[in-house]
Amino acid sequence: MSHLGIVYALLGAALAVFLAGAGSAIGVGIAGQAASGVVSEDPSKFAKVLIMQLLPGTQGIYGLLVGFITLSKIGLLGGGMLELTPQQGLLVLAACLPIGIVGLISGKSQGKTSAAAIGIVAKKPEQFGKAMLFPAMVETYAILALLISILAVTNLQF
Amino acid sequence: MAVLQMQKVSICALKKDRKAILEKIQSMGVMEISRFESEEEGFQTVNTQEDRSAFEKNAALADTALNILQEYVPEKVSMFASLEGKDLIEKSKYLETAHREKEVLDMAAQVVKLHKQTAECKANVQKLENQIETLRPWMNLDIPGDFQGTETAAVLIGSMSGSLTLEDIYSLILEQAPEVSGVDISILSSERDTVYLAVVCLKKDVEKVEEILRQSGFARPSQSMSKIPAREKEDLQQQITVLQQEMEECGNKIASYASEREKFKLISDYFRARAEKYQILGQLPQSKKTFLAEGYVPAKAVPALEKALNADFDLSFETEEIPEEEEMPVLLENNGFSESVEGVLESYGLPKKGEIDPTMLMSFFYVFFFGLMLSDAAYGLVMFLGCFVILKKFPRMEQSLKKSIKMFMYCGVSTLIWGILFGGYFGDAIDVVARTFFHVEVPEGGLVKALWFVPLNEPMRMLMYSMAFGLIHLFVGLGIKGYMLLRDKKVLDFFCDVVLWYVFLIGLLLLLLPSSIFASIAQVDPSIFPPFVGSAGKILAIAGALGLLFMSGRSSKNFGLRLALGAYDIYNVTGWLSDVLSYSRLLALGLATGVIASVINQMGSMMGDGVLGVVVFLVVFVFGHTFNMAINILGAYVHTNRLQFVEFFGKFYEGGGKAFHPFKFNTKYVDIKEEKSL
Repeated sequence: MSHLGIVYALLGAALAVFLAGAGSAIGVGIAGQAASGVVSEDPSKFAKVLIMQLLPGTQGIYGLLVGFITLSKIGLLGGGMLELTPQQGLLVLAACLPIGIVGLISGKSQGKTSAAAIGIVAKKPEQFGKAMLFPAMVETYAILALLISILAVTNLQF
Repeated sequence: MAVLQMQKVSICALKKDRKAILEKIQSMGVMEISRFESEEEGFQTVNTQEDRSAFEKNAALADTALNILQEYVPEKVSMFASLEGKDLIEKSKYLETAHREKEVLDMAAQVVKLHKQTAECKANVQKLENQIETLRPWMNLDIPGDFQGTETAAVLIGSMSGSLTLEDIYSLILEQAPEVSGVDISILSSERDTVYLAVVCLKKDVEKVEEILRQSGFARPSQSMSKIPAREKEDLQQQITVLQQEMEECGNKIASYASEREKFKLISDYFRARAEKYQILGQLPQSKKTFLAEGYVPAKAVPALEKALNADFDLSFETEEIPEEEEMPVLLENNGFSESVEGVLESYGLPKKGEIDPTMLMSFFYVFFFGLMLSDAAYGLVMFLGCFVILKKFPRMEQSLKKSIKMFMYCGVSTLIWGILFGGYFGDAIDVVARTFFHVEVPEGGLVKALWFVPLNEPMRMLMYSMAFGLIHLFVGLGIKGYMLLRDKKVLDFFCDVVLWYVFLIGLLLLLLPSSIFASIAQVDPSIFPPFVGSAGKILAIAGALGLLFMSGRSSKNFGLRLALGAYDIYNVTGWLSDVLSYSRLLALGLATGVIASVINQMGSMMGDGVLGVVVFLVVFVFGHTFNMAINILGAYVHTNRLQFVEFFGKFYEGGGKAFHPFKFNTKYVDIKEEKSL
């Protein structure tokens, strides 16, 4: 049972990466469908809608970020893995949850918002700046979750 | 940092000069001609719709000819074509082409006609090829398809469905009409379900034989074949060759017009400009002998316009300040650095009447925050060099594009500086390379020390700074609101909506500093703040809150309601809290860049030392960092915009002004070089 701590910690890193990554994948997918529709009508808008499509992609990166910090924190990357008690492992797991869960949900929502914003670009391309803001609003909450996850992981003392 | 002051200009001139005057105004491109609201007595507008659409048609004709030319003789378009801007053409050359408009248009029409002819030929070739295809099964027939037979023998030519063999058909006839003799059947060709055959029999038997065959699905060919199929095919092929030759000739003729491409472009732009001129002309009130024109001109361009017009024409030129109630079109003017973010401002909205142009203040914060979010010295250098080279190489780029690239160049410099402060050079590439390939012991903190501190090691410290920068940003925004209120002499509003907020917020801030929460976040000892900080904070916060409570609802007469409104306004402090927290993205995005960069470096170094290791490292390095740069530049751009638009502008700026659209040569292909002889 002595390894259970590291199992929990690794589970935390995995959750951060796969939940947030899945959220981004769903979001980018939704936005991509809308983007394809626009490009099929007007290929010259490709660059603009591509930027819109990429906006929900950041949650996955945040998840990766937390996952990576967690792995280096528990010493899995540099060798010399820490001996964690189950409690300590669960602490790491809890620290990883915010970005995982918020990443999943906000990624999906941001994808929907991006798809709607792509609609703006299709009809009024000159309003690109404003259209970009709506998906960025959703992302704020992913950033807040990322912040708490990072602070929690880096400040845990073993 | 300014919105250019406009003046209203009214011109009254002789009708005979109207086109020349409009051309002059168009070539100077400084006047936005406005539509007349009121009907003037004795003046009426002339309908120019017909001329205008004729010109537009001509422009479209030239465009079509250009498209066709592009199809036949593709002009090489480089990847950077959009950066190169329009071709610069001497005015004399433009005028010469414009002079020969008929000739050029005829050429364009000729190109279009030739293209149409080619299309027709192509359709005919297709048709002939289809005919040849239907002939194919009959190729073995060496008599014409409608051969009537000889004196005593008859021929039946046709097809039967089903996969029948020669024996099948013979036995068919033998079974049903044993009395018939001397039938000769030859199968010309057979496909999966169809057999093509020629039957020779005696003339007296022909009806009976045909009847028998028909019952089994015999049918005469649908197309008439008056010639031997092989001959027919030859004929058709000859026709195709002729058509192909014609197509080739047409293609060559079209190609010979490739040298006229420039003329087509010029004439297209020429007609576009004329169409625009006629559109304006249709708006102007005209009397029998005179016409009126009215519009907005930037104040500093007025003397030049007046001089130019007075020199050549007899007219009355009047200027007046723009009346209070009228909204003037907005044209921004900023210094070379700040004008680069004008595009960002435009995408939010130009300043509306009475608002100041925030471009200059915004430009500093914009570049500052962008660099902080990307914060990698190497990425910054790449960005700076890339934009710099593009700017140097394509000096004639379109204006708004040029501004954006300039903006990214400045952001690159800022990124470079922040990167040095935080010690990021492609993430931790230097350390990784040193450790993996040169086996150097990397000391704590890396080989190249961060000039300030490493945010990943001290995230709380970075968070504090992010919020502090945010607070400065927000306070500046509130300050601009105060400035605008003071300028409009609304001193009471200035005091209640700005000063009280400052007092309240600074009080809260001072209260926070010596508290244990702040101490644990910033890891400082609360005792470094003298005790009066806390008490001063308490006094300021209470004074501010009371002021807001009583003054925010001052528009309401009812005292109870006034207090309620005041209390609600104090509740807005949560808005300030969320605004400040929003700046934590500076930390988050900065960390994202650095961490992903180190993930890439680590992945690259996994193969260890050796030739293979170096190759793998280089490949991973180039692809990985390109990807990371692209995604993080996008992120920094989006979130810097957000901080400006939502947090900063939310404090003072509404936007919604109308852009200045001067009457000028709106060309598609070329820029006309003005002669400087004026």
